[in-house]
Amino acid sequence: MNSIPTYCAQIPEAGLRAALRQDRPEIIGKISASGLKGRGGAGFPTAVKWNFAAAAQAERKFIICNADEGEPGTFKDRVILMEHPDLVFEGMTIAGKAVGAREGILFLRGEYTYLRSALEETLAKRRRCNLLGKTILGSPLEFDIRIFIGAGAYICGEETALIECLEGFRGEPRNRPPFPVNTGYLGYPSVVNNVETLAWAACILANGPQWFKSVGTEKSTGRKIFSISGDCRRPGVYEFPLGITVAQLLQEVDGADARAVQIGGASGQCVPARDFARTIAFEDIPTGGSVIVFGPQRDMLDMLHNFLEFFTDESCGQCAPCRLGNAKLLEGVEMLQAGSCSMAYLKELCGLGETMQVASKCGLGQSSPSAFLSVVEHFREEIMGRTLNRRG
Amino acid sequence: MLMTERERCAAEIRALADKLGHNRTSLVPILLEVKRKYHHINSYAMQVIGDLLGIHPVEVHSVVSFYAFLGERHQGRFVIRLCRTISCDMQGKDRVMRQLENDLGIRFGQTTADGSFTLEWANCMGMCDQGPALLVNDRIFTRVTPEKVHEILEECRRVFGVHAAESKEVHLV
Repeated sequence: MNSIPTYCAQIPEAGLRAALRQDRPEIIGKISASGLKGRGGAGFPTAVKWNFAAAAQAERKFIICNADEGEPGTFKDRVILMEHPDLVFEGMTIAGKAVGAREGILFLRGEYTYLRSALEETLAKRRRCNLLGKTILGSPLEFDIRIFIGAGAYICGEETALIECLEGFRGEPRNRPPFPVNTGYLGYPSVVNNVETLAWAACILANGPQWFKSVGTEKSTGRKIFSISGDCRRPGVYEFPLGITVAQLLQEVDGADARAVQIGGASGQCVPARDFARTIAFEDIPTGGSVIVFGPQRDMLDMLHNFLEFFTDESCGQCAPCRLGNAKLLEGVEMLQAGSCSMAYLKELCGLGETMQVASKCGLGQSSPSAFLSVVEHFREEIMGRTLNRRG
Repeated sequence: MLMTERERCAAEIRALADKLGHNRTSLVPILLEVKRKYHHINSYAMQVIGDLLGIHPVEVHSVVSFYAFLGERHQGRFVIRLCRTISCDMQGKDRVMRQLENDLGIRFGQTTADGSFTLEWANCMGMCDQGPALLVNDRIFTRVTPEKVHEILEECRRVFGVHAAESKEVHLV
């Protein structure tokens, strides 16, 4: 089966060995043919990213693995890093070869500091086995990886904010363009990829693009690792082909009585039960892997309140739509909870949400109103005219 | 702060910079180490770091004030961060919060008078399928119940030893 565990049960480092036999365009061609898209949520084609960085002329280039997994309800990268760290480092090394980078950085979120010692051991072991260093497996390829620990900021999952943090600044996203593939860490071309993306890249190099794209949909090829939590009997990390329907997924995790599912974390969208036939794929409901299940007893306003508190806290404060908008939406949810929000004001709040989607500088502010807007759209009946504040 | 304490603090930060690098790219790693060691980052430490890295202390402050794991405030030896995000919320983080506050006699955002424990909120820490989750410094605890809170606190007191002095510790006030 074309999954990460089956790949790991095969010959170790098959992906890296295959990459060493190929030149750069061949490697990028394989990734391109597989249709692999960024697994962090944005879904940008990985091959395009690699290609830009490969084409850039520079003395130094960087491969940065984004392990700043902060999206509410996401924990798959933690599990990948705990169970298959070699695969991620293998993927980074392949990316290094494809792009012409000699330096890799694993940006590990501060909350995952406890993973560090095991990861450092894995890196040391790889250096001993000649899988990192100056002449990897006897080839002229030079590549090494170091670990950088984050300091607790959700926004650093955004690639330019992550680079700001690496450079010793506040994690405030930059204007794009220029993109990191041209002007990234210290001004050098840098590829920032999600943990899972790099893991898949290694699998694809070993088994070929066909192996990967034999499942999934036309626009969303391959399998995806999901982090499933909330009101279901079997929460945890799952691997499903993209294009799976919400209903199928709920059946697998034994959460079929759900009234709604939040897909894509706090910045994703809320899917009500009547839409459970929709598919999880970049062309329908995109996700970085977070699926939070809400059972029949849940109040959607409680959920929104939690998400907007999160965004109000984690907004970097750099641009006004996000800094002020999230606070206004939170206030609006509190009014709805207290039953003191008029329909006219609710419409204004929706207008504000739409403004945030277009006017915010980075993905945080652009996506933070999604949950609010989808709850207002799908659960209007139950959020209006509250007679008591259920939160007490 | 005593002159001798200042000197010792500056020497330790200098040693850190020698180890981690004298560039701005080392700023966050140095600050994390200072915070871990002293449990706060005061203005004197920020000046020393700014001087070593060749940047204005205000730049150092801008970074210290941005990140949740940094910050100037004095924290206890054990910083307990309880996850408040949706999945842990649905799995009963409020009851764990109440028990932590009851057992320590402080509220969230506060530090116990003896400087041992600080209670803080954390946003999603990637333990959503095993909530409620909390971090004690770098250690993770999952499926925490109000009952387990007492055990966790006792383990901190016993294993790490609030009274067993860390020989190198210095309090900068």
